[in-house]
Amino acid sequence: MAAVIRVRALTKRFGALEVLRGIDCDVDASEVVCVIGPSGSGKSTFLRCLNGLEHATGGDVVVNGVAVHDPATDIDALRSEIGMVFQRFNLFPHKTVLENIVLAPTKVRGLTPPAAAERARALLAKVGLLDKIDAYPNQLSGGQQQRVAIARALAMQPSIMLFDEPTSALDPEMVGEVLAVMQALADEGMTMVVVTHEMEFARHVGDRVLFLDEGLVVEQGPPDALFGSPREERTQRFLSKVL
Amino acid sequence: MEQVLWFGWFRADIIAEYSTLFWRGLLTTIGLTVVCIVQGALLGLLLGMARLAQARHSPARELCTYGLRWPATVYVSFFRGTPLFVQILLIHFAVMPLFIHQTDGLLISGEAAREIKQNYGAFLSGVVALTLNSGAYISEVFRAGIQSIDRGQVEASRSLGMSYWRTMYHIVLPQAFRRMLPPLGNNAIALLKDSSLVSAIGLAELAYAARTVAGAYGRYWEPYLAISLMYWVLTLGLAYVVRHLEARYGRGDTR
Repeated sequence: MAAVIRVRALTKRFGALEVLRGIDCDVDASEVVCVIGPSGSGKSTFLRCLNGLEHATGGDVVVNGVAVHDPATDIDALRSEIGMVFQRFNLFPHKTVLENIVLAPTKVRGLTPPAAAERARALLAKVGLLDKIDAYPNQLSGGQQQRVAIARALAMQPSIMLFDEPTSALDPEMVGEVLAVMQALADEGMTMVVVTHEMEFARHVGDRVLFLDEGLVVEQGPPDALFGSPREERTQRFLSKVL
Repeated sequence: MEQVLWFGWFRADIIAEYSTLFWRGLLTTIGLTVVCIVQGALLGLLLGMARLAQARHSPARELCTYGLRWPATVYVSFFRGTPLFVQILLIHFAVMPLFIHQTDGLLISGEAAREIKQNYGAFLSGVVALTLNSGAYISEVFRAGIQSIDRGQVEASRSLGMSYWRTMYHIVLPQAFRRMLPPLGNNAIALLKDSSLVSAIGLAELAYAARTVAGAYGRYWEPYLAISLMYWVLTLGLAYVVRHLEARYGRGDTR
């Protein structure tokens, strides 16, 4: 199967700080790749390079056959195919849940407002928040906000979903509801790259786990192998702390 | 007209005699202020965005730095760093004749130029000077307002495939506008009061009316107290409008 995400020798530097030091990675269609690693290892930066929110210092990122960091690339068109979910939700506070979801489909995809609203209702039903359709984000809990954020990204009908520590800003009792939505998405065959601290999720939902440390992929493999019998010493040390 | 004394000293009949002058002056002041607030806000928005212009790739990057950021910064620095009074004189007596002149106006010349200068010269110069000046101040309000919006808002919008301009229009500016209302209101009030300086180039607004009356009667309490009250009522009205807008655009705001 052809890789829908192809990363080669990706480097990223912030001033003197080398955050990514040469990452290679392929993601196939319908694959769920979980990225784990200590804080400061470059996980989020890696994810943000995949849709061009961060600009690569060197190397190549090709998504859906398009070079992300080529200046000639229509980055807006590419991003409309890649959903992204953030740690801090980033819902638009001046818009209702419905308005948050229909904005991009109507403006970017050219959907009529009724068609976009219908799609929004279907997605809200799927994440279990149809009753909050007219609420403003500040009237929702963190878990509800994140589920709306997922629905908002899905409303563009992306072929790939990126998750940047989607449960790290949530109270513990709300983590489950968000992970359940993500698991359902994975079961439907969505291609997903998930930066996470939820080792249980990575173990049970991930097809493959990437362990990043100091800007490099130290080890990768199926979750059972990586969690069960990690080969690298750094992986073992990290896992012994978090498991 | 018979003398009318209020409280034993206030010659109300003076105000009554010149009521047409005051009334026209009031309308001129309001018109000048409204036109300049609208134009100054538009200019301020453009300048504020120019001061934030950034691009990743050459040559757009150089264009942003030398073609937008630097000129805008110099412009704002000049208009905030020199007295408005001097700017008004400079524009009326030096800049405007350069563009609109009977013999060799760069924009308009001949009989039309003479007519414009005679009938609208002071108003035009006043509008230009106050707009350019308030635009410089308002650009700082826009810049701070835009910068105060969380970066995550822009990232979320851009990652949905929305362009920079769509993100500005739908996401950043509506949220920034709410936060900018109080300082924008302050600017509008300052502009209203500063419009009195335009009387120096002979525009018949409120301060000019007061000066005319003072000159005719040699009395100062009545005309200047009268226009003070009018300015005061106008600024109170503006403050009320701003408060009303704040309440209206506060939807969904947590901060």
